[in-house]
Amino acid sequence: MEIKVCGPGCRKCHETERVVQEMVEEAGVQATVEKVSDFNEIAQLGVFSTPAVVIDGQIKCVGKVPTRKEVLAWIK
Amino acid sequence: MDWKKEWKPLLWIVSIFIACYYLPIGNSRFDNAVMEALHLVKWYAQEHVLLCLIPAFFIAGAIAVFVSQASVLKYLGAKANKILAYGVASVSGSVLAVCSCTILPLFSGIYKMGAGLGPATAFLYSGPAINVLAIILTARILGPELGFARAVGAIVFSVIIGLLMHFFFRKEEMEKAAAQAAMPEPEVMRPLWQNVIYFGAMVGILIFANWGKPGEPTGIWNTIYTNKWLITSLFSAALGIILMLWYKLPKWQVIVAGLPAVVLAFIFSGYPNLAFAAGVLGLSVLISPREDETGEWFRESWGFAKQILPLLLFGVLIAGILLGRPGGEGLIPSEWVSRAVGGNSILSNFAASFAGAFMYFATLTEVPILQGLIGNGMGKGPALSLLLAGPALSLPNMLVIRSVMGTKKTVVFVSLVVIMATLSGLIFGSIF
Repeated sequence: MEIKVCGPGCRKCHETERVVQEMVEEAGVQATVEKVSDFNEIAQLGVFSTPAVVIDGQIKCVGKVPTRKEVLAWIK
Repeated sequence: MDWKKEWKPLLWIVSIFIACYYLPIGNSRFDNAVMEALHLVKWYAQEHVLLCLIPAFFIAGAIAVFVSQASVLKYLGAKANKILAYGVASVSGSVLAVCSCTILPLFSGIYKMGAGLGPATAFLYSGPAINVLAIILTARILGPELGFARAVGAIVFSVIIGLLMHFFFRKEEMEKAAAQAAMPEPEVMRPLWQNVIYFGAMVGILIFANWGKPGEPTGIWNTIYTNKWLITSLFSAALGIILMLWYKLPKWQVIVAGLPAVVLAFIFSGYPNLAFAAGVLGLSVLISPREDETGEWFRESWGFAKQILPLLLFGVLIAGILLGRPGGEGLIPSEWVSRAVGGNSILSNFAASFAGAFMYFATLTEVPILQGLIGNGMGKGPALSLLLAGPALSLPNMLVIRSVMGTKKTVVFVSLVVIMATLSGLIFGSIF
């Protein structure tokens, strides 16, 4: 599984990345978590507003920090 | 030793040491500037934090949680009506851009995947100026007319800038393939009118708690002033009832949370700040541990407070040291300020908007800095120029914009911003 966390590097984006990292560890799934902070790349992914989480090319959430439960549901 | 890694801390230590070594204590201008800064910080802490900033954080947090971003974003997508897109782009900053770091991704998204260059630049220009925190703080500290002019100026000129950008680069715009970005699905949680009343109650608290003493002790404004705490309590009670009925907070918890505020209001009726603080605390204790949307509301509000308060504290201190309180003088002599940006000439408006375009203002710090400049003789027109050009642009964000849309468009955009900000300053300065 390939997880991309999009965000230029503000507080919310860091929090999103942290939540995703923690949940990946907790669920024990095989996944790479990549932080995307380049604006062009973010736009290429089809993401409008950050922070956003993209899993295997599918946009899971846009414009807010996901809760731990939500992340867990996506990666399981 | 690894000098490649260690040179930074060393540089910091050496420069701070040199600064302390030559610290001009005893120099009357410097001592005075330090006192001015402390007075200014004290004034902010007494007058603006509890009654103005804290409610404003709660409102900003509520906007982030309860206003559906998706319903706004759909008007900025690739298939959106182009005329509508300009209108929406120019005002949507008030609900989309509550955090300054969301502006650039949204800008590149609207430009590349959405409605195109025109609406994207309109959004980029107006966004930082019309987010709720900026408007509230500008109106509170720099006066309602400047707050109003800032919002209106940003909206009107953003549409003009957007249209001009689209006109200048219309050929390239036509060639661009319209790729569709993923739009988040709008989630409808509750009817719009309930949200409107909920926000109305919070804005009511903010406005009436800060109602200023009118010049003459008669008339309707004075009646409101003498009853301002009564009106504020009514709005607070309304907010409590709304939270019970529509936001599914347990009734007994809301009553318990509100009780200390009510008791304090009756016992210490001469100190309304006590009851107000108790109310804020009660609300925080009530909603912060929750897992649902009201818990989210608190987390967002707290996020804003954590992000903005330190910046504002340093902004106020630095503005105080350099410029002093209104009427006072800091390190920078007043005559320099009034010579550069006093009055309402084309040159002073241009100087203000040019400086604003390149200077970096951390979120909201433009307000204390401007307050200092006005106190030292800056004209109202140039003040507006700086407010319009300042937060929209800075050298670091120009570099990002350039990476998104190229050098040529960036240069045109920056020039347009400087020209438009100068013009709005001229117009505003000649009216007030």
